[in-house]
Amino acid sequence: MIRRYVAPVMLALPLAACGLNSVPTAEETAKARWADVQNEYQRRADLIPNLVSTVKGYAKQESSVLIGVTQARADANRIVVSGDELSNPAKVQQFERAQNAVTLSLQRLQEAYPDLKSNQNFLSLQSQLEGTENRITIARRDYNQAVQDYNTRIRTFPDAIGAKVFYGAKPLVPFQATTPGAETAPTVNFNS
Amino acid sequence: MPRWLRALWLLLCAIVALPALAQSEPAFPPLSGRVVDAAKILSPKQVQQLTQLSADAEKASTRQLVVATIPDLQGYAIEDYGYRLGRAWGIGQKDANNGIILIVAPKERKVRIEVGYGLEPIMTDALASVIINQTILPRFRDGDMGGGIVAGAQAIADQLKAPLEAAEQRAQAAGATRTKKQDSVGDWMVAAFWIIVVIVIVLPMMFGRGRGRRFGGGGVPPVIIWGPGWGSGGGGGGWGSGGSSWGGGNDSFSGGGGSFGGGGASGDW
Repeated sequence: MIRRYVAPVMLALPLAACGLNSVPTAEETAKARWADVQNEYQRRADLIPNLVSTVKGYAKQESSVLIGVTQARADANRIVVSGDELSNPAKVQQFERAQNAVTLSLQRLQEAYPDLKSNQNFLSLQSQLEGTENRITIARRDYNQAVQDYNTRIRTFPDAIGAKVFYGAKPLVPFQATTPGAETAPTVNFNS
Repeated sequence: MPRWLRALWLLLCAIVALPALAQSEPAFPPLSGRVVDAAKILSPKQVQQLTQLSADAEKASTRQLVVATIPDLQGYAIEDYGYRLGRAWGIGQKDANNGIILIVAPKERKVRIEVGYGLEPIMTDALASVIINQTILPRFRDGDMGGGIVAGAQAIADQLKAPLEAAEQRAQAAGATRTKKQDSVGDWMVAAFWIIVVIVIVLPMMFGRGRGRRFGGGGVPPVIIWGPGWGSGGGGGGWGSGGSSWGGGNDSFSGGGGSFGGGGASGDW
């Protein structure tokens, strides 16, 4: 009689201890953080048309810098990395490169029009852009933290057993700076 | 002790210590109240004024406004320091993330309005930037630190009177039923309670059948369902909205567990 109730518990305990629950939990957390990253990039992409039209109104003519921003945004919007593709380094790097191109084009835009700071519209956009870049940084850091947690989990005892036997878990790819000079934060500074 | 055993022990210690090393966080001043004047630039009257402002805002909307003056950012950018500070203190209610911190670093000459996730639609980056540039910084440049902080906090508090977001309404409703913060001791009490329930009620039910003891189906389950930790929702909110726990003084103030994601704006002078 006792065995009927105790046996399933005895069986379930070691299973739970070797990552049956904790591995998918960590994976879902990392995926959620990735969704946050994409969300923040989307927010930036949504701001860019406003920025472009403001600058256009100010500069009265379309410059190559402006076209570069629009182009980079369009390219970046085409590349979407779903949660299931996060263990594919090529895919993640492609996403990083496209978004970095947007960052660089925005930097160039700000360098090309240094005297825009007198424009009230532009100042408001500037603060939003600053906030968005800041959010992107934090979202990426949180994502990397979640990835680190997940990758550590699937490679350390005892969760590694469950990760290998039940899920065939692959390590996820953290976000890295891939563009040359990307380690210096993009400054959104119109004073210089 | 054999050598391999000692090596194993060292390895074990290293594994345990590793997560602590991986986290690099700046040192934060303790959350001593609604106004944390760690850099000592506010007069007692201004502290009192700001505390009242913050208490009124929280009473009306559950939104938590904290003013912090930081003597040293320890090399971090204020944007970087700010969101970590917000998360460490847990300003804002847990499910609404509706905290906001006005951070002033006089040594680095930087000021920032750090906005919790939930308040981003209300205190937008653009508005935070306007408050900093038009309300706070002109006074700072005149050397009136305290006046700038009070005026900035006033502007923030005015904006916090905006209607509640859906998540905040839920948090407020939940807050009315919660009274005290459930800390880890509380969680252990809940765990102990359930263990006792299992030993005293569930196990006899399961194993007692053979000896002819029967429990009526209707009598026991309600007792189980309404144990502690279930009925109250088990949240981490700790502000006792409607209660008198914080009254108007700031001695019992604590963050509700809100989180931050980099909303807000900064400025320097």
